[in-house]
Amino acid sequence: MEFLYKVVRFLIKCMFCVVSVGPIPSHIAFIMDGNRRFAKQRNMKVGAGHEAGYFALMSMLIHCSELGVKYVTAYAFSIDNFKRRTEEVECLVDLMTEKFESWCREDSIVNMFGIRVHFSGNLQLLSEPLRDAAKKLTAATVGNSRVFLTLCVAYTSTNEIVRAVEKSCEEKWAEDQESSVINLSDIEKRMYMVIAPDPDIIIRTSGENRLSNFLLWQSAGSCLVSTSAMWPEISFWHLIWAVLNFQRYQSLLKKKL
Amino acid sequence: MLSLRFAIPFTPTKTKPKPGLVVQSGWNQTDLLSSLPRRCESYKLQAATADLTDGRGASVVELPEGLSRELMPKHVAVIMDGNGRWARQKGLPASAGHEAGVKSLREMVELCGEWGIQVLTVFAFSTENWIRPKVEVDFLLSLFERALKTEMDSFRKSGIRISVIGDSSKLPASLLGLINEVEETTKNNTRLQLIVAVSYSGKYDVVQACRSIAERAKEGQIQLEDINESLIEQELETNCTDYPYPDLLIRTSGELRVSNFLLWQLAYTELFFAQELWPDFGKEEFVEALSSYQQRQRRYGGRHS
Repeated sequence: MEFLYKVVRFLIKCMFCVVSVGPIPSHIAFIMDGNRRFAKQRNMKVGAGHEAGYFALMSMLIHCSELGVKYVTAYAFSIDNFKRRTEEVECLVDLMTEKFESWCREDSIVNMFGIRVHFSGNLQLLSEPLRDAAKKLTAATVGNSRVFLTLCVAYTSTNEIVRAVEKSCEEKWAEDQESSVINLSDIEKRMYMVIAPDPDIIIRTSGENRLSNFLLWQSAGSCLVSTSAMWPEISFWHLIWAVLNFQRYQSLLKKKL
Repeated sequence: MLSLRFAIPFTPTKTKPKPGLVVQSGWNQTDLLSSLPRRCESYKLQAATADLTDGRGASVVELPEGLSRELMPKHVAVIMDGNGRWARQKGLPASAGHEAGVKSLREMVELCGEWGIQVLTVFAFSTENWIRPKVEVDFLLSLFERALKTEMDSFRKSGIRISVIGDSSKLPASLLGLINEVEETTKNNTRLQLIVAVSYSGKYDVVQACRSIAERAKEGQIQLEDINESLIEQELETNCTDYPYPDLLIRTSGELRVSNFLLWQLAYTELFFAQELWPDFGKEEFVEALSSYQQRQRRYGGRHS
């Protein structure tokens, strides 16, 4: 079994070398869709599907780190998801609280791989234990710099823009009472996602083909990739496929210019 | 945790869609080596029956097999990409590609009107397109002017309402005057609304909406804490229609991005990326896109069960 594992790791490293001949995206975003359907297909509880989804996220983080991707963003919980059944929302909140607290430990996988964690979203909508766990995790990983992971929690893009406009008005008027002209740069620098460049690739799992109010502003030039695999089924091959598509798109763009 | 399972391959399904079966004609359906044009089964279109009309007084045309009128999207948006590449492939100048693109648009407008789609928004010219060679830009603007002049009567007679969105400050005065005339002449038409995005940027649409709201807040008409998504939506340029959010976005030519089109309005839009270049996108390809749309489950972040 250990031998097989080493063979697989060797193959993965070879694929990474092949792919690295072309441009490597600096930012990949994931819409992690399909946990519940994954669980239903296997007669598991919904919670087990989300737990499997957590391991898929870890796996993708490690692969992105090995490939040299600097920024990773994951759509963990949308403001729209509060509409779901209470039991499912509570299960997700408990899972996130537990994992964020465990990531604060020095020997956690996040610290081992040098991952700095940031949160995008209206955290005031979250329960206090989860909000505190998120703040603690952000502080605990501030010294890491190999990969910047942004978790979108209590997030929608339209909410992000509304908040950016409010802040722009507040801050500009505090500086200059007469000033009321809001510019593109005023809004952009007050977005939650200002900490990362625009995503080069957005990958959505489970076969759906929509953005679901995720990174609308930042996705203007992103390569959009969909896979029919459920989120817990996402693998190294999907990532390679997405990167190869991104590289093809880059060369098409050069020809156009 | 590494999986030894291999990825499910990204293969397009070409079978005719059945009710309840999800058709996986999604964002990225070809492998790198495949550049063959996609062909689907031809759909028979029954002759229109003269004694059937829809609520807007037009004759109801029977839909192609597999499509349902109840599931037809109210608003379809299109990024008409590929005119230049189409012309290059045929050894023609870019202008020929754009002329062929106008023909495709004409066909799509007719089909939308016949099949009960209420709004069609097309991305004709983006703010980023201003950097193209001046000759091409001038040609595109004059083509748009010519098309408006020749089609004005036809729009009036066929009940099509024209709206133009985008930054008009860079457009020539003659074109601006014509746009105002066409919008005024067709403003009471109800069969189909054709929104043409010219010199348009999704980001700037949001910025100008936010700017208007900031002005109103400064003047005390609204409080800062009252700024919400609904207020912004009302100020976007798509406030010229009752259905500002596209249900379906189609982009042709195989490119997998939205290129600063609409953005805010695309929050929950179903995306369909077609391999065909825009001048080759016809009835069959449109039926395939609509068929894919009609198979999808739209949950808006919630759950159906």
